[in-house]
Amino acid sequence: MTRLLKNREILLTGIIVLMVAGFATRAPGFAEPTNLANIFNDTSILIILALAQMTVILTKSIDLSVAANLAFTGMAVAMTNAAFPDLPLVALIVMALGIGACLGAINGFLVWILQIPPIVVTLGTLTIYRGMAFVLSGGSWVNAHQMTPTFLNVPRTVLLGLPVLSWVAVLVVLVFWFVLTRTPFGRAAFASGGNPVAAVYAGIDIGATRFFAFVLSGAMAGLCSYLWVSRYAVAYVDIANGFELDSVAACVIGGISIAGGIGSVAGAVLGALFLGVIKNALPVIGISPFAQMAISGVVIVLAVVFNARAEARKGRIILRNRNTTEVTA
Amino acid sequence: MVKTTMNAVAPMTVIESRGAQKPLLEMRGISQIFPGVKALDQVSIALYPGEVTALIGENGAGKSTLVKILTGIYRPNEGEILLDGQPVQFASAQAAIDAGVTAIHQETVLFDELTVGENIFLGHAPRGRFGTIDWRTIHARSRELLRQLESEIDPTIRLKDLSIAQRHLVAIARALSVEARIVIMDEPTAALSRKEIDDLFRIVEGLKRQGKAILFISHKFDEVYEIAENFAVFRDGKAVGQGRLKGTPQADIVRLMVGRDVYDVFPKIKVEIGQTVLSVENYCHPTEFNDISFDLKRGEILGVYGLIGAGRSELCQSLFGITRPSSGRLTLEGNRIEIRSSAEAIAAGIVYVPEERGRHGLALPMPIFQNMSLPSLARTSRSGLLNAANELKLARQYAERLDLRAAALSVPVGTLSGGNQQKVVIGKWLATQPKVIILDEPTKGIDIGSKAAVHGFISELASQGLSIIMVSSELPEILGMSDRVMVMREGLQAGIFERAEASAEVLVRAATGNA
Repeated sequence: MTRLLKNREILLTGIIVLMVAGFATRAPGFAEPTNLANIFNDTSILIILALAQMTVILTKSIDLSVAANLAFTGMAVAMTNAAFPDLPLVALIVMALGIGACLGAINGFLVWILQIPPIVVTLGTLTIYRGMAFVLSGGSWVNAHQMTPTFLNVPRTVLLGLPVLSWVAVLVVLVFWFVLTRTPFGRAAFASGGNPVAAVYAGIDIGATRFFAFVLSGAMAGLCSYLWVSRYAVAYVDIANGFELDSVAACVIGGISIAGGIGSVAGAVLGALFLGVIKNALPVIGISPFAQMAISGVVIVLAVVFNARAEARKGRIILRNRNTTEVTA
Repeated sequence: MVKTTMNAVAPMTVIESRGAQKPLLEMRGISQIFPGVKALDQVSIALYPGEVTALIGENGAGKSTLVKILTGIYRPNEGEILLDGQPVQFASAQAAIDAGVTAIHQETVLFDELTVGENIFLGHAPRGRFGTIDWRTIHARSRELLRQLESEIDPTIRLKDLSIAQRHLVAIARALSVEARIVIMDEPTAALSRKEIDDLFRIVEGLKRQGKAILFISHKFDEVYEIAENFAVFRDGKAVGQGRLKGTPQADIVRLMVGRDVYDVFPKIKVEIGQTVLSVENYCHPTEFNDISFDLKRGEILGVYGLIGAGRSELCQSLFGITRPSSGRLTLEGNRIEIRSSAEAIAAGIVYVPEERGRHGLALPMPIFQNMSLPSLARTSRSGLLNAANELKLARQYAERLDLRAAALSVPVGTLSGGNQQKVVIGKWLATQPKVIILDEPTKGIDIGSKAAVHGFISELASQGLSIIMVSSELPEILGMSDRVMVMREGLQAGIFERAEASAEVLVRAATGNA
């Protein structure tokens, strides 16, 4: 299965390379390094949110409130920046992480202590957080001229050929890789999704694990809120509307099992890049935004079918093995 | 390929002929093979009209598998089913129902939110003129069916408003709502009180008079003698005896059920029993068990026997911190302890190897070594970070000790065979270096060969000074392995027996409450 997963990641990489090559024939310059760097930069926020979503999905949960969390936290950060221009950027980022984590903790608390199904909880908080963003702003916008230059420019600063925004994504990828493969929390996340009952018997508190996954997811949504607001230089109630579904889609395409317990950081990143390439390529080769949405949808369904088939194949292989051992025995 | 070689050696079992009376349904030479386990091996059984045949056997003897074949859920690998002497095949559950076979299951499969009438006719509701559901007929026929069962339940009320016993009647009414000729009752009395059982038996008598053939599955000998004419005993997937109940003493049936000369088969090592390690006093749970007290000594194997639903697993789960007892004291090596979570139990040195390794034991998508190290991460990690090298070392150590066969320790556990998965589960718990190990049905669902290996291993653990609580529903296993046996019945402690005084009869009597 590990080999199969690896195969799948290589396969996904192959598909992305082929897509880029294919688009390059229709749109010269598409495969240029600068354009690829642009695509990566464009996809940075999706990569971060996909990793956050993946951590939650691994524990057999789902976080539909990430985009709403992003909108509320983004509004709060932007308004603070507008009201107190002297506040250092670090303080704002810490504040974004903190607010995001708090909103995530609310989800986690409802899932852990009140035992409400994650999809219901986050469907509810999705609306609540968006509503809170409206209440906070009174429906008004925070525009570029109200934001300080530092606030707007830091993510765009180019360092070693890539904007800081891209470097943040790279850093987050490394952190998630480390957390998921090297810490007991990461192992607990895989175990509580792979078999919740077995995890309990092994002394793992699956409720707490889910709680921390939601907190992590919320903190990442908070981080993304700053990145988003500064990138688009505007904050309003409806930013990132529906973006939670993109994060789920990236996970599904990247081979993260929606039933929990299966997935890898590379998968989530590739899934996000896949969507990023399509989003960037289709307008270039002249396909309408509506067709784009349909194409993204088709890709997601295909990815799910592919996942289901991979699982089924696994089962058949086991049986064959067992049969052979039985015959020899 | 496997199948053809099997067919070549199929022996015919002769069913005793009974003059004029022909069996309504006959199963001949039925085998059902699952990966790694032969659940039924060449069994034959006959059901006669107007008679009850009791199917007796321990858990895992193949009774449920037989029921599933009869109700069209499994298709047997070999053998034939004759209905009125004609060979039939139940290709689906519907085919079995159409042929007149109906089953009342152990846990009644009904829908709480639907009405009594809907439950009875779900799936075969009478239709009106435009293909719509004919509610009037449903309610009238439901009422009539329930009246046959001497019950006046209103067919329009929801199932959730009924008592357990009333639900049972609905389940029976549902079974009878199809033109059933063969009625299978799978432990129908498990949840019923004595009075309700008497009512049920009156219904069964009524069914007999209507000429239906009844297959009655039960653990309880008194009931079997009360209601059944014939018996069939299964053991380890084989039919080991059948005949008329009249004139067959209970001891003979117990012997058939238990079978082999148990003391020879089990590789029990003589172990010096040491000091008390764990002492449980007055353990209570609000709903599952009450007032359980026992001591467990070093090197001792304490068998816990009882029927399904006697509260054995629940007791063990509370010792392991999965559920909390309402009162009681727990003393481990002289120190009073309280266990609030499984993590605390593991830290204290008590581990629990659960019954269903697939469902409770392993995270199948995770690699072998990660499964093995999961409860021991505190020991293999360094300064709060996972250490793959340590985990692999730990896993390798126990894989060797248990003779685990796997391509690599990094492959997912799901790719292993059942026996090897069991070894991973055991290895995972041994790796925590426990003092007390609780084994819940350690050999359930594995074949005889692997069973012997597991038993050998349990003995070895005891000889190394581990204290073992072994929950089992299999009498030979309990008798063969235990130093002492605690019997539980309906959540209560029905007695603790020394190895010398424990016999199949004594334990069965204590577990069923038969004097």
